[in-house]
Amino acid sequence: MALLDRTARSWLLSELVAGMALTLKTMFKPPVTLNYPYEKGPLSPRFRGEHALRRYPNGEERCIACKLCEAVCPALAITIEAEPREDGSRRTTRYDIDMTKCIYCGFCQEACPVDAIVEGPNFEFAVETREELFYDKERLLANGDRWEPQLAKNLELDAPYR
Amino acid sequence: MAEFWTGYALPTVITVAQILAIVVPLLLAVAYYTYAERKVLAWAQLRKGPNVVGPFGLLQPIADAVKLLMKETVIPSGANRIVFVAAPMLTFVLALIAWAVIPFDVGLVLADINVGILYLFAISSLGVYGVIMAGWASNSKYAFLGALRSAAQMVSYEVSIGFVIVCVLLLAGSLNLTQIVVAQDRGWGFLGWNWLPLLPMFVVFLVSMLAETNRAPFDLPEGESELVAGFFVEYSSMSFALFFLGEYANMLLMSGMTAVLFLGGWLPPVDVAPFTWIPGPVWFALKIALVAFLFLWVRATFPRYRYDQLMRLGWKVFLPLSLFWLVLTAGVLVAMGWLPE
Amino acid sequence: MIVQALAFYAFSAVAIASAVMVISSRNPVHSVFYLILAFFNAAGLFVLLGAEFLAMILVVVYVGAVAVLFLFVVMMLDVNFVELRQGFLQYLPIGATVGAILLVELVFIFSAWAFGGGTLAAPAPDPTEIANTHALGNLLYTRYVFAFQAAGLVLLVAMIGAIVLTLRQRVGVRRQKIARQVSRARAEAVEVVKVPTGQGV
Repeated sequence: MALLDRTARSWLLSELVAGMALTLKTMFKPPVTLNYPYEKGPLSPRFRGEHALRRYPNGEERCIACKLCEAVCPALAITIEAEPREDGSRRTTRYDIDMTKCIYCGFCQEACPVDAIVEGPNFEFAVETREELFYDKERLLANGDRWEPQLAKNLELDAPYR
Repeated sequence: MAEFWTGYALPTVITVAQILAIVVPLLLAVAYYTYAERKVLAWAQLRKGPNVVGPFGLLQPIADAVKLLMKETVIPSGANRIVFVAAPMLTFVLALIAWAVIPFDVGLVLADINVGILYLFAISSLGVYGVIMAGWASNSKYAFLGALRSAAQMVSYEVSIGFVIVCVLLLAGSLNLTQIVVAQDRGWGFLGWNWLPLLPMFVVFLVSMLAETNRAPFDLPEGESELVAGFFVEYSSMSFALFFLGEYANMLLMSGMTAVLFLGGWLPPVDVAPFTWIPGPVWFALKIALVAFLFLWVRATFPRYRYDQLMRLGWKVFLPLSLFWLVLTAGVLVAMGWLPE
Repeated sequence: MIVQALAFYAFSAVAIASAVMVISSRNPVHSVFYLILAFFNAAGLFVLLGAEFLAMILVVVYVGAVAVLFLFVVMMLDVNFVELRQGFLQYLPIGATVGAILLVELVFIFSAWAFGGGTLAAPAPDPTEIANTHALGNLLYTRYVFAFQAAGLVLLVAMIGAIVLTLRQRVGVRRQKIARQVSRARAEAVEVVKVPTGQGV
């Protein structure tokens, strides 16, 4: 009897029909896709996107040229040069990140003692030439100015877990 | 001179106009079939599919065509240039000329030849040359392997398609496609069409049709994940586009063949008032669309076959089955005295 | 009529030219392509004669299947062309003899047909009166039914011969038995065991 059942099932292509019924049913379910450029998924406050150099609320740049980030960077993407400013404080003269090398590991922001270099929530920074991805200090500071509200909020949200 | 105009020039102009009347809608249908494929696959995979170019992404095929036209035609340095260029043309032309004998309604056919079904069969058996020529002329291992696979596959499945067609011929008593459709008008609406009396053969034909057009789950010649793209790896730009269009035109052709052989061509499914008002070509188009959807539905459902299983299915299952059914059909027809004139 | 004549000359010219190219082209794959072209033009000639069934069968069988296998083999072969050419002169006499005999025989046939007063070969039925397929079927399944069956038997024997020649059973090969795989049920394949902690199975 089991043999008969099995034979009948295989000749009636029951498995194929079941599979096709499943796909047909799926076709009428609503799609789960986000309509990306117009809709975006939620981002964690820990999301590691484009880098930014932050400033203090009074406008002073946070970075003190300790070069910890340069040292920890596993991809050797960060280059820092520093000398004392006229007022005697230690500041960077050059802060470059090669975004083509960066692996977005987030070690730089972990190493930073003053929360100066951070990875922000921006992941849409595609450009048309390679050169545009060699970020300099000016660009990083501009990023910081642009994303500051979001960066500050993210750091605050993440603080209880540190 | 007058004889020249009425005897030669005018018929030529009329024929060209008829050809255009078939080919232009066909090419549009092919373009939108690619769109339909992307949409249907998207629905089956809970995606949205193309929806950016134009409303609902409806201009996507046109954007694709423009993109392909703009690209550079690359001919590999080791390639056999003439054969390399001729292969996509052959594929595309073969996919188009087969439509000459497809009847869209009573008398609405470009060439109403006596051996229409044989012509279709011959054209579809020539399709393998486009693939072999492309694979050989590319001078590339992947392309060549894809071509060899495809040649063996298409030749194998042609055999069972042939026997299925003979079964249909037995019921119709004619090789003429119009006669085949007319013979399906048994007065029971869609229950009288050939798909029901020949149900196992209908299934065999549907599966062989997938293998013949190299579509999933029998898309081993292309096998993206193992042969990169099979026989047309080396093609780009318009030569690629011709292969692409040829493949989809072939799928539509096979859908048309199914509609003519098994689904009653232009006949309405039920022979009562609201259905008979709709003109025959519309019914025919609807049936083509149905089978064409089946192609996409199958692609969305099944994983690719392994090559030895493909050969086993063709030679050890379909061939004996179709042979047996052919003998059975002939026997029943003779025993019951149902043989057509 | 002019169109038919033009078509006839076109088909025959291309057929002859491609037949010449079959034997004269350097690349065997090209030879096969030319052979296919020759078949194709022969089919065209058949259509002009009103023998559309034969034309289509020629395309289906020879172009669609036989030539594909030719091509298959020729593409796979690693032929050394220089070596192949060397035997050309050596085999020329015997090849020329066979060709000459064939030519003479063809001439005999056609002259006998032309001058024999129509007793040797029945004229083809008028294509406008009876469909080509019907005419062929009538003849094959009535008058020549035994010859037809014999031809079928010869082909069957050839097929069985090919299978017997290539079939070999090797011992110790584990083959996939699809029916068995498919018919395996969960009950006979999986056993759920409750394993007590620290004791193992």
